[in-house]
Amino acid sequence: MSVPRKITYRDAVREAIQDAMHRDARVFLMGEDVGRYGGAYGCSKGLLAEFGEERIRDTPLAEAGFTGAGIGAALGGMRPIVEIMTVNFSLLALDQIVNTAATIRHMSGGQFSVPLVIRMATGAGRQLAAQHSHSLENWYAHVPGIKVVAPATVADARGMLWTALQDPDPVVMFEHAMLYNDEGEIAAEGDLSMPIEGAAIRRPGTDCSIITYGGSLKKALAAAADLARENINCEVIDLRALRPLDDKTILASVEKTHRAVIVDEGWRTGSLAAEISALIMEGAFFALDAPVARVCSAEVPIPYARHLEIAATPQMASIVVAVRGVLRR
Amino acid sequence: MSPSISEKIHLTKEHCTKLLRMMMLIRRFEERCAELYGEQKIRGFLHLYIGEEANAVGVMQALTSEDAVVATYREHGHALARGLPATEVMAEMYGKATGSSRGRGGSMHIFNAERRFYGGNAIVGGGLPLAVGLALADKMNGRSRVTCCFFGEGAAAEGEFHESMNLAALWKLPVLFVCENNLYAMGTALERSESETDICQHARSYRIAAGSVDGMDVVAVEVAARRAVQAVRDGNGPQFLETRTYRFRAHSMFDPDLYRNKAEVEKWKERCPIKRFREWLLATGTLHESEIATIEIAIAEEVENAVKFAEASPWEPEADLTRDVLTPIKRSAPT
Repeated sequence: MSVPRKITYRDAVREAIQDAMHRDARVFLMGEDVGRYGGAYGCSKGLLAEFGEERIRDTPLAEAGFTGAGIGAALGGMRPIVEIMTVNFSLLALDQIVNTAATIRHMSGGQFSVPLVIRMATGAGRQLAAQHSHSLENWYAHVPGIKVVAPATVADARGMLWTALQDPDPVVMFEHAMLYNDEGEIAAEGDLSMPIEGAAIRRPGTDCSIITYGGSLKKALAAAADLARENINCEVIDLRALRPLDDKTILASVEKTHRAVIVDEGWRTGSLAAEISALIMEGAFFALDAPVARVCSAEVPIPYARHLEIAATPQMASIVVAVRGVLRR
Repeated sequence: MSPSISEKIHLTKEHCTKLLRMMMLIRRFEERCAELYGEQKIRGFLHLYIGEEANAVGVMQALTSEDAVVATYREHGHALARGLPATEVMAEMYGKATGSSRGRGGSMHIFNAERRFYGGNAIVGGGLPLAVGLALADKMNGRSRVTCCFFGEGAAAEGEFHESMNLAALWKLPVLFVCENNLYAMGTALERSESETDICQHARSYRIAAGSVDGMDVVAVEVAARRAVQAVRDGNGPQFLETRTYRFRAHSMFDPDLYRNKAEVEKWKERCPIKRFREWLLATGTLHESEIATIEIAIAEEVENAVKFAEASPWEPEADLTRDVLTPIKRSAPT
C-alpha cells in the first residue's frame, strides 16, 4: 500500500494535463500564455519543454477564434484542452461555446459531436475586481449540449480532466482561482480518474444540508466544523458537476436533514442556487422543515478593495448565520 | 468567357455538362423551395442562393471527398454541389425525420458527416474558427486535406473573421477561405458597413494570398479555386478567394428587399451564371439545345422526387425530442 501524496491543486491540474498528453497523442493544450509563460495561473509550467510548441500551443488573444479552433480540431479527430484565462474572458468565446459546441450535435441530427474540454479560472478572492472575479458557472450550466464541472478538491482536479477528455461531448471545467494554492492528498499511483457526473457528500450530517461547489466548498466545510461545536451536524454536498445536476443526491440529503442552505458564489438573481432551490421545492417540498436558504454573492460587480470583496462574496460566517437561520437557532 | 481561362481547365463536354447540370439543379431546387414556402410546407428562414450558383459549383470542383466544407445559412447550393442527395436536403427543409439533420436543423443547418459537410452555420462569421480548427487537426496529423470555408462579405466585419485570418496565417493552416461577396449583408450595402470595401485587403493584411474572381462565371470560379486549393495543398498556408456575386432574390422570404434598386438587380440578372454558361456552351457547340432540354427534364424529375420523398417521409416522434443533445454513452451489450 503506497502512501498518498500531498500536492497543490495547481500541481494536480498540471499533472492531469501532463498525464493526458502522455496517454493520448490526440490531446493538446491551447490558450493564452499556456506555453512560454506557463499558464496565467501556472498550471502548464514546464509542459512546453516536455511536449513542444505543437501540443502546448500559445494562442493570440482571440478567445472566440481559438475556442472555435478547438471545436474544429475536436471535429477533426483531436482531443483539445482549451484554456481560457478567466470566466470573464470566456464571454468573448460564448458564441463558439453556446452557438457551436453545444448545438452542433443536435443541429446535425447526431452526425457530429465535439469532444472538447474547455478549462477556465473562476471566482473572486484575489482582489482582481470586476473583470476577473466573477462566477458565471450558471450561464454555462443553463445550456443543453455541454457538460459543466467544478472540481473543488485536489483529487477532482487531478482526476476529472481525463474523464472529461474521454467524453464525446464538450465539457466546461471551472477551476476556482482561490483553490490553486490549496494542498490535498491524492493516491500515489493507480487510476486517479474521477467521474464527471454526480455530487459527493464531503461531510455527512443530519441537521442541515449545505449544498455548494467549487471555491465555496472549503468555506462550507469550515462552517460545518464551526457549527459542529454547537452540536449542529451539517451534511456538506459538493455538487462537482453543475450540468447535469445530481438531483438524487441533493434530494436524498434534504429528505434526511429536512433543511437546506445553498452556497453559490454566483449572484443570487437567476443563480444556480435558485435552480437547486426550485429542484428541492419540486422534489422534496414535504420533507422541508424550513424554507431553503441561499448564500450568494451580493448584487454588485465584484469590487477591488479587500473588505468589499469579502463582503460581496459568501464567507464562512455568512454560511454559519444561514444555517442557524434555517434551524431557528 | 475568356479563352485564356477556359484553357486552364479541361472543359470537356462531360465536365461542362456536370457544371451546368449542378447549377440548374440548385436553381430548380430553390425555385421549388420558394413555391413550397408559399404553400407553407417549408417554414422558418429560407435564404435562397439564386444567382450565386456558380460560386459553390465552381469551388467544389477543386475539392476532393477527403476535404472538408464549412458553409453558412445560405447553403442549399453548397450542400447539393457537395453531393448531398436532394432528397435528404428537401426532407430537412420540411423538418422530416429523413432530413439530413432529422428535422433539427432546417434550411440553415444542413450537415453531412459522410461528405465532410460541416453545415450550415447561421452565426455570421461563426464558421471561420471551426474551419481553422479542422485545418489545425489536419496539420497536426500530417494529413494533406483542405478545409474550404464559405462566408459572405458581411462576415468580414465580425471579430471572428479577423481572429480566424490571424490564426490561419500564423499557424500556416490548410484553409481556403471563400468570401462570396454579394454586396449586401442582409440589407446593408458593403460601402455602408466596411471602411475597407476591398475584402481581399483584409486577408492580405494578415499576409494571406488573396484574389478576386467573377462569381457569375462558373469556369472562372473553378479555375481560381483550383489554383488556390493547389496553393494550400502545396503547403503555402491559407488562401483567400473573393467571388464577386449577387443574389437575385431577397435576403430571406421575410425580406421586402427595399434597400436595392430594381435597375441594379436587373443589371446583375443579365449576368446570370446559368444563362451565360448555357449561351457559351451553345455558341461553342459544346452542347446542343436538345441536350440541355434533356438535362432540364432530368433535374425537374430529381427535384420532384425530392419533394415526393419529403412529403412521404415521417415526422420525428416527439418522444425523441431530446435525442442527440448529448452522445449516448455506449454500454457493453448484455451477454
